[in-house]
Amino acid sequence: MSVLVDKNTRLLVQGITGKAGGFHAKNCMDYGTNVVAGVTPARGGELFEGKVPVFDTVSEARVQTGANATMIFVPAEFAADSIMEAVDAGIELVVCITEGIPVLDMMRVKEGMKGKNSRLIGPNCPGIITPGQCKIGIMPGYIHKPGKVGVVSRSGTLTYEAVWQLTQRGYGQSTVIGIGGDPINGTSQLEAIQFFNGDVETEAIIMIGEIGGTAEEEAAAYIKDHVKKPVAAFIAGATAPPGRRMGHAGAIVSGGKGTAAGKIAALEDAGIAIARTPGEMGDTLIKQLK
Amino acid sequence: MNIHEYQAAELMEKFGVATPRGRVANTPEEAEAAARSFGTNNLVVKAQIHAGGRGKGTFTSGYKGGVQLCKTSSQVRDVAASMLGQTLVTKQTGAAGRVVRKVMVAESKEIERELYFAILIDRATSAPVIVASTKGGMNIEEVAETDPDSIIREPIHPTLGLQAYQTRKLAKLLGLSSNLMRPAGKLFHSLYNLFIKCDCSMVEINPLVVTKGGEVMALDAKFNFDDNALGRHPEIVAYRDLEEEDPREVQASKFNLNYIGLDGNIACLVNGAGLAMATMDIIQHFGGKPANFLDVGGGASEQQVTEAFKILMADKNVQAILVNIFGGIMKCDVIAQGVINALRQREAREERMVPLVVRLEGTNVDAGKKLLKESNLPLIAADNLEDAAQKAVAAAKNGKH
Repeated sequence: MSVLVDKNTRLLVQGITGKAGGFHAKNCMDYGTNVVAGVTPARGGELFEGKVPVFDTVSEARVQTGANATMIFVPAEFAADSIMEAVDAGIELVVCITEGIPVLDMMRVKEGMKGKNSRLIGPNCPGIITPGQCKIGIMPGYIHKPGKVGVVSRSGTLTYEAVWQLTQRGYGQSTVIGIGGDPINGTSQLEAIQFFNGDVETEAIIMIGEIGGTAEEEAAAYIKDHVKKPVAAFIAGATAPPGRRMGHAGAIVSGGKGTAAGKIAALEDAGIAIARTPGEMGDTLIKQLK
Repeated sequence: MNIHEYQAAELMEKFGVATPRGRVANTPEEAEAAARSFGTNNLVVKAQIHAGGRGKGTFTSGYKGGVQLCKTSSQVRDVAASMLGQTLVTKQTGAAGRVVRKVMVAESKEIERELYFAILIDRATSAPVIVASTKGGMNIEEVAETDPDSIIREPIHPTLGLQAYQTRKLAKLLGLSSNLMRPAGKLFHSLYNLFIKCDCSMVEINPLVVTKGGEVMALDAKFNFDDNALGRHPEIVAYRDLEEEDPREVQASKFNLNYIGLDGNIACLVNGAGLAMATMDIIQHFGGKPANFLDVGGGASEQQVTEAFKILMADKNVQAILVNIFGGIMKCDVIAQGVINALRQREAREERMVPLVVRLEGTNVDAGKKLLKESNLPLIAADNLEDAAQKAVAAAKNGKH
């Protein structure tokens, strides 16, 4: 089993005729994802790769194809609007890959999504994958392997690193969720952990965090009380200077808050095994399984 | 992005935030004229640099204090003459200090009370929050630790915005008298407006003052802007002062490289912010010190990689370079070609070479490794992250002898 996406997922791609959108839509199809539609305003009626119908609006695509998930590749200045369009059309899972969306735009999106039936993953994230079944995002497919470890992460390439370590050691993944590096995002570490905890086939969890905010501390508090499955974690940014934005808009230590040391202390207190270096993420979890 | 105090004052004036009158000056004469225009003999001259601690700073000329109270416009001229063109060293500038190119001349106010007022985005609620305190003029983190009860937090609805009753509530909690409720409310609204309209990530007024004359004013302001939103604020981008930034970072930003200069000796070039941070961490774990944070991003071109290398190599402290790429969107062969180009250019110019450790994984990894191998350049190949970090630390140590 898996969380959020599987072989029944019917994917729509917003921005499918763009360079990045097209490239990754094709990669997802090659991986085996069921891509049923694309949306690019004013390009309705075209076919992507000779077979995927392109629509002008998300609601049209939803009605015509029964799409239940979307992958957004729209440029940052228009991405908030694209998320809301998908939410309005009732798409259950909205995965926003786009990087660089202004924080205040995301604040309004979060408010606009309240009470709606959609879940947002991202923005500024690699996406979500259930190995062997459905890949929604920009992650290299071949590093994954079907299995029982759930992985959640704020960082893209660091996720690949963890997944690759697991796969090389023969441990597959149930689902891998990249929640993104922005300060306001759709799905938190905590929510992802809750999904994995409720999934019978996820037997262990890796959580990859980074400096800034309190998402890892909140997840740790929940894990302490509710999660019996083994959990390993890594926090990036122990050596980052305070007050500087380390690439991700969310990765900034300010006012002594959001430090790696503080997060690691909270995680350890919750009984989570800590990988001291990013090279040990896989082994740290595997040790818990033995 | 940081801005100067006089620019913050300009912004506040534009949004109707009450502040003491002030003007920027490039010469002692301009400073004198500004002082005269205020028609008061309570004046202050402030050196304009981005670092804090100016008041207690010392100029390399021996002149003390980057913030000076003055009584006459001719005194303002003399003080400005002592500051302009001189290097000011504060606890935040490092020993090298910063050259003062502008001063701000302002009215100095007699202060009755000092308060703290800030607006920022609360990640937990995904909405703005006002943080205020009766303990102004102090480090707010210290106040939060020593006297948490004095910190007021007022959440703001993300789309309704700051409501009038909230400003009255804040005024009361800050102990402002009834007759100050209206001016304080106007000030809070103006600041909130500025926060939203300019896409700030933080507005901090410390101190917010009540003057002996019974005015409520923003005395010192610090603004942080959301980098993601700068594209729709050319007027704020125009405030950028390249002289105040690390020249390595200025160079990197020309090529859209996400670079932050540090003071170690192992440079790193990585794709992805999380992996870039983690690479710095692992270098430190094995006893090295990172010279920078550098995320070349998902779609870097050969040219960007080549330029990134030039910046890393130009850093005199750098004794080794670690390239750590996990290709997703990024293709390993593109990185490899960029590395090769940069090294060939340096070879041709007989420039300094430093040991280079390369770890590639992910998309097109075989093509990338093949390119590097066939280049016959002196590269150290690494199999995984730990191997790469250890080799870079060892190479930097050897490089020193």
